[in-house]
Amino acid sequence: MIEQWVTAFIASAAFGIIFNVPSRTLWQCGIVGAIGWIFYFTLVQYEFDQVFATFFASVIVAFISHIFAKMYKTPMIIYSVAGIIPLVPGGLAYNAMRHIVLHDYTKAIEFASVAFMISGAIAMGLVFSEVLNQVFVKKERSMRHTKMGNPS
Amino acid sequence: MQNSKLIMEVCLLAGKIMLKNGAETYRVEDTMMRMAKAFGVAHCESFVTPTGIIFSIPELEQTKLVRIPERTTDLHKVVVVNEISRKISSGHISVEEAFKQLKVADERNDHYPTWIQVTAASLSSGCFLIMFQGLWVDFLPAMLAGGLGFLTLLWIHSLIKIKFFAEFFASFVIGIVAYSLVYFHFGTDLDKIIIGSVMPLVPGLLITNAVRDLMAGHLVAGLSKGAEACLTAFAIGAGIAVVLSI
Repeated sequence: MIEQWVTAFIASAAFGIIFNVPSRTLWQCGIVGAIGWIFYFTLVQYEFDQVFATFFASVIVAFISHIFAKMYKTPMIIYSVAGIIPLVPGGLAYNAMRHIVLHDYTKAIEFASVAFMISGAIAMGLVFSEVLNQVFVKKERSMRHTKMGNPS
Repeated sequence: MQNSKLIMEVCLLAGKIMLKNGAETYRVEDTMMRMAKAFGVAHCESFVTPTGIIFSIPELEQTKLVRIPERTTDLHKVVVVNEISRKISSGHISVEEAFKQLKVADERNDHYPTWIQVTAASLSSGCFLIMFQGLWVDFLPAMLAGGLGFLTLLWIHSLIKIKFFAEFFASFVIGIVAYSLVYFHFGTDLDKIIIGSVMPLVPGLLITNAVRDLMAGHLVAGLSKGAEACLTAFAIGAGIAVVLSI
């Protein structure tokens, strides 16, 4: 488990470097990636569906990214990009391609569709978290308004 | 009113820098609108696709188009433009000052040095191998393959400006290195090594941005980003496939 934490942290932070993220935010990138990956990893180990696990993990990633974006006044994309990298179905895409080379098209389509579903789940997770965030922020704002409107 | 020409230039330049460096379409539109509003332009329209921006200020009766020939991922510039846009919104800097700062941001090139990027790529390759349940024996082979692959990507991209070829050759190199390492018994699991080392090339950002744009209703942007992602995935797959079929 510690192995997974450390490697996920390093992998995400390293991706931050490849995407040329400002060096002061590299730590946060690593943390977001590691937490997202651990959620995914644990869910899969408890035999949840891969797609569901990915969705859940990317909701978490987006949520933490929002917090960091607010805290450090930077665009959220920095953290979410590094955070979702471990979830990207690179292995599945590779397997799909490999089976095409071996002329095993049925297996290839199988892998490719799961890969597609997972990337859809990542995007859904990000959007879902954003919608939740917006609803929450609006509520908070309107609450503040009403408080200011009727001083009691 | 001659000031509004400069306002237009500032908005377009900001949009161009952001789009060129991997920001989402909706964020680019949002930033441009916000900037225009902060400068006192009551109404403006922007249409952003991954390959170009059309921006129009009706009261000026003028529309401008910027072409984006090449896109990379350089989030540092996105952060810088975001900071400038914040300053504009809070009214801290004038139009001229904003234009100057954006110009500087556009021309400055503060990438991490190449060796750090390659080290990062090879480290992440090794780590991905472990995350995908590989064995520690394969850690170094994956690092080697991933690092060499990424180096090839940078090198070929500096020679020819066609992303597809660079990605194809990079994954070809990864395939060759991984295959020969396993052949000479320096590595054990060929599949895991290749998957780990290919990860730095995988268009994860593109795919998720594409789906996100589609959901947000930016249909043109979403589809064209999806096409770019598919092309990249195909290039990587083809490079590996060539090695596997030898």
